[in-house]
Amino acid sequence: MTAHLVEFRVGPAADLPVGEGRAYAAGATMVAVFRLRDGSLRAVSAVCPHAGGPIADGIADSAVVICPMHQHVFDLATGCSKTGQPPLAVYPVRVDDEGELVVGLPD
Amino acid sequence: MERLVVIGNGMAGARTVEEILDRGGRERFAITMFGEEPYGNYNRILLSNVLSGVEDEADIFLNSLPWYEENGITLRAGVRVERIDRFARVVRAADGTVTPYDKLIIATGSRPYVPPIDGMHHPRRGYHQGVFTFRTIDDTRAMIRYARDHERAVVIGGGLLGLEAARGLQQHGVQVTLLHSAATLMNAQLDAQAGAILRRNVESLGITVEVSARTVAVVGRDRVEGVRLADGRTIPSDMVVVAAGIRANVEVAALSGLPVERAILVDDHMRVLDETDIYAVGECVQHRGQTYGLVAPLWEQARVLADQITGRDRTAAYHGSRTATKLKVAGVDVAAMGITTPERDDDEFVVYSEPRRGVYKSVIVRDDRLIGATLLGDVSKVGFLMQAFDRGLPLPEERVRLLFDLGGPPAEESAAELDDGAQVCNCNGVSKGDLVTTVHSGVKTVGGVMDATRAGKGCGSCKSLVAQIVEWAAGGTVEEDPTATWYVPGVPMDKPALMAAIRAQGLKSVSAVFDALAGGREDAKSKMGLVSLLRMMWGEEYQDERGARFINDRVHANIQRDGTFSVVPQMKGGVTTPDQLRRIADVADKYQVPMVKVTGGQRIDLLGIRKEDLPRVWADLDMPSGYAYAKSMRTVKTCVGSEFCRFGVGDSTTLGIAIESRFQGLESPAKMKLAVTGCPRNCAEAYVKDLGVVAIDGGRWEIYVGGAAGAHVRKGDLLATVDSPDEVITLTGRFLQYYRENANWLERTYAFVPRIGIETIRSLIVDDSDGLAAGLDERMAAAVAAYTDPWKEGAAPATAGQFRTALPLLPLPVVPVRERDPA
Ligand SMILES: Cc1cc2nc3c(=O)[nH]c(=O)nc-3n(C[C@H](O)[C@H](O)[C@H](O)COP(=O)(O)OP(=O)(O)OC[C@H]3O[C@@H](n4cnc5c(N)ncnc54)[C@H](O)[C@@H]3O)c2cc1C
Ligand code: SF4
Ligand code: FES
Repeated sequence: MTAHLVEFRVGPAADLPVGEGRAYAAGATMVAVFRLRDGSLRAVSAVCPHAGGPIADGIADSAVVICPMHQHVFDLATGCSKTGQPPLAVYPVRVDDEGELVVGLPD
Repeated sequence: MERLVVIGNGMAGARTVEEILDRGGRERFAITMFGEEPYGNYNRILLSNVLSGVEDEADIFLNSLPWYEENGITLRAGVRVERIDRFARVVRAADGTVTPYDKLIIATGSRPYVPPIDGMHHPRRGYHQGVFTFRTIDDTRAMIRYARDHERAVVIGGGLLGLEAARGLQQHGVQVTLLHSAATLMNAQLDAQAGAILRRNVESLGITVEVSARTVAVVGRDRVEGVRLADGRTIPSDMVVVAAGIRANVEVAALSGLPVERAILVDDHMRVLDETDIYAVGECVQHRGQTYGLVAPLWEQARVLADQITGRDRTAAYHGSRTATKLKVAGVDVAAMGITTPERDDDEFVVYSEPRRGVYKSVIVRDDRLIGATLLGDVSKVGFLMQAFDRGLPLPEERVRLLFDLGGPPAEESAAELDDGAQVCNCNGVSKGDLVTTVHSGVKTVGGVMDATRAGKGCGSCKSLVAQIVEWAAGGTVEEDPTATWYVPGVPMDKPALMAAIRAQGLKSVSAVFDALAGGREDAKSKMGLVSLLRMMWGEEYQDERGARFINDRVHANIQRDGTFSVVPQMKGGVTTPDQLRRIADVADKYQVPMVKVTGGQRIDLLGIRKEDLPRVWADLDMPSGYAYAKSMRTVKTCVGSEFCRFGVGDSTTLGIAIESRFQGLESPAKMKLAVTGCPRNCAEAYVKDLGVVAIDGGRWEIYVGGAAGAHVRKGDLLATVDSPDEVITLTGRFLQYYRENANWLERTYAFVPRIGIETIRSLIVDDSDGLAAGLDERMAAAVAAYTDPWKEGAAPATAGQFRTALPLLPLPVVPVRERDPA
């Protein structure tokens, strides 16, 4: 089965600083995009499943992001929580030729 | 494989299954668990904390849904079993399924007892919507929701559960009346004298208590309007919580023809009487005439049941439990065990009562064994008494030592004396034997043993006993938890080694530290601590990486529970001007600030500011940051002092402002709150601050350090008495710098000062015994000189999108670029 992806341009990649996350709207979905220190990108759902915390405001490393509200930890590659919470959704993310961040959402 | 079915997924059911898995049960049984509640297994005890808001619902789960899957258990959550067919050996559930078993465990617990009260229950409509019981997560959620927008609550039942419910509801702002039908609160555990003192203690929390108050009716048809008592009075109320006791949940067992009296009858092997393959465990069980309403006994039962059902130990037997009760209500300490009043002529009965202070203690000793104890108001001796009660430890000759710490038997002695079965952690049911086995299996650190057994992971009150037992069991080979001394979890070094390496290698950014000292492995949990350390060490030379900072430190404001921020402008020493007030008021109007609040640190807090508004709010305020968010110097609270106060002997306001001006915004391992007060009357609460200054007669000043009045309360230790404000500022700087350089990450001064010892600190800082003073002063001066107001960043953001919202406030829709199949 191949799932269709709908891609959204959410903003200029240059505006996403290294080591930080920002929240974007992709259609009706809020997505938190992180630029890791090695330059790679990760995109996960922006709202913490624990109590709605802003994931984009969390601290990330190459593997996980910590929600700033109650410090629950989520794997950036799989979305799984390492602290017993429901998972975050993960989305494909890339930069297109014009330097825009592009996030893919399942159709 | 044999089929094992468990009815009931509560504390006893899940615990028993864990014990069975521990004994190789996974290879032996195909396990199916039924739970009426639609959740995994949670710690019911902690619902009281969830209600009072101390704990998050998410944090009380013991076994999450994936745990069942990982252990090959089929969990039928949200499915009620209706009947057991003992002859066909199947259970029938409400969803119509029929599940065969070879072995069956019943762990259905209890349900709340609701006395017959008019108007509470409608034959067709069920319970009145404003009436609640307190047993499950769903009950707790419903109560919280209702309490939030109602004003008055009545709690029926003055036992353990009723008291916890009353206190919990209060936290949601409702006015609570507690109705108890007996004459004494907690009458199952307390005598009349102790009950009267408890009542006073509870009333002093603002809870109205009525004893000998029998509720006969709930008044109000569509919504609760009050309750009526037998004496004719009506107590107005919007909601009613019934906590009048519990009844074992035995319908399924009774309906299926199993032997039931008050609960399901079991033998010493936890087997249902006259059944070969059916066991029962927990609150639904009656053993030798006893039923239990606390968790400690069910851990013992679970072990015996597991030994029997797996055949691991056929000699295992349950002999009944001695139980002790502890109230989990902040502000009212009660612990009770065994009998409450002497029963025989030669029972020794030692009582100490101090009603005015709300303190009552009694012990009952028979044949040199403790058979009962009651502690109220001061429960410092509860640890020893519980052990003595449980295990029959030898008692001190002078019985008064049972009530007061005149030096009870030293702790190490009791660690050796405990017998193996003795339960150490009551929250998670861990015995001394479990701890010892874990140590002998090679886990030699206290933290490791706690992780492996879950001991100490509940309320935490047993931690020191756990540590003692581990030390004793390891026979002197207990290993320091290596990570326990690390400054941050991701870099394997303690603070001095880490600082030395950072300095030697010139590491000025967080990523440089990871690259040089952690093999390039980043660790999110370590970042905040490293930022703080590097900023302290390098001042202006520190190379900032914004992503390493906590959100508060990225936007210089304190994140609130709804994702908005609070803004607190600087107000040195709590002194302000009409002009500042006007500006604050204008900003509050302009940005529609939902709450303007005076803080405990004498400043004005604007709560509910949106992240994207922060730069404009700061610009409009045109005042410097008050640092209400960072791990840094927060505020210097002052009283009015000699300038205006009749009693003042020193100008506390001026000195407070001077201190705040000098040390504003200073980074530190944890927040620092200071105060200066103009005389020992202490209106600015200087004795309980990280550093507090008190003016005393003769123009002198006392400096206290290591005080706290937060979650911990501690009076600071006197560091020095000096003759001038200048000396206060010098010593303050020196102490703060010493603390900055030597404290562990997040270690407040109230932990730091006792750890180092006030004598040591005094000799280093005041007497300069090691010649450190000049260096400390110099480094502090450099840090002070490097100060810049972070709110200036509002005008020139440090990174792109620094103040972009991260909340789900959806901006304009974005158009999809194209569709494609992923490769
Ligand atoms: C608010 C509160 C605070 C407490 N505080 C303390 C304390 O401080 N100290 C202490 O020792 N104890 C305390 N207790 C008591 C403690 O929680 C109980 O002793 C313990 O939970 C009993 O465990 P159990 O497994 O026997 O019953 P439960 O934990 O009640 O589990 C029984 C489970 O079986 C399920 N069930 C019942 N019938 C069926 C059926 N027919 N089919 C399927 N599933 C069924 C129920 O839904 C329930 O989940 C407290 C209890 C409450 C409610
Ligand atoms: S502490 Fe002393 S000087 Fe300060 S306000 Fe109180 S009474 Fe007055
Ligand atoms: S909201 Fe994310 S951890 Fe609580």
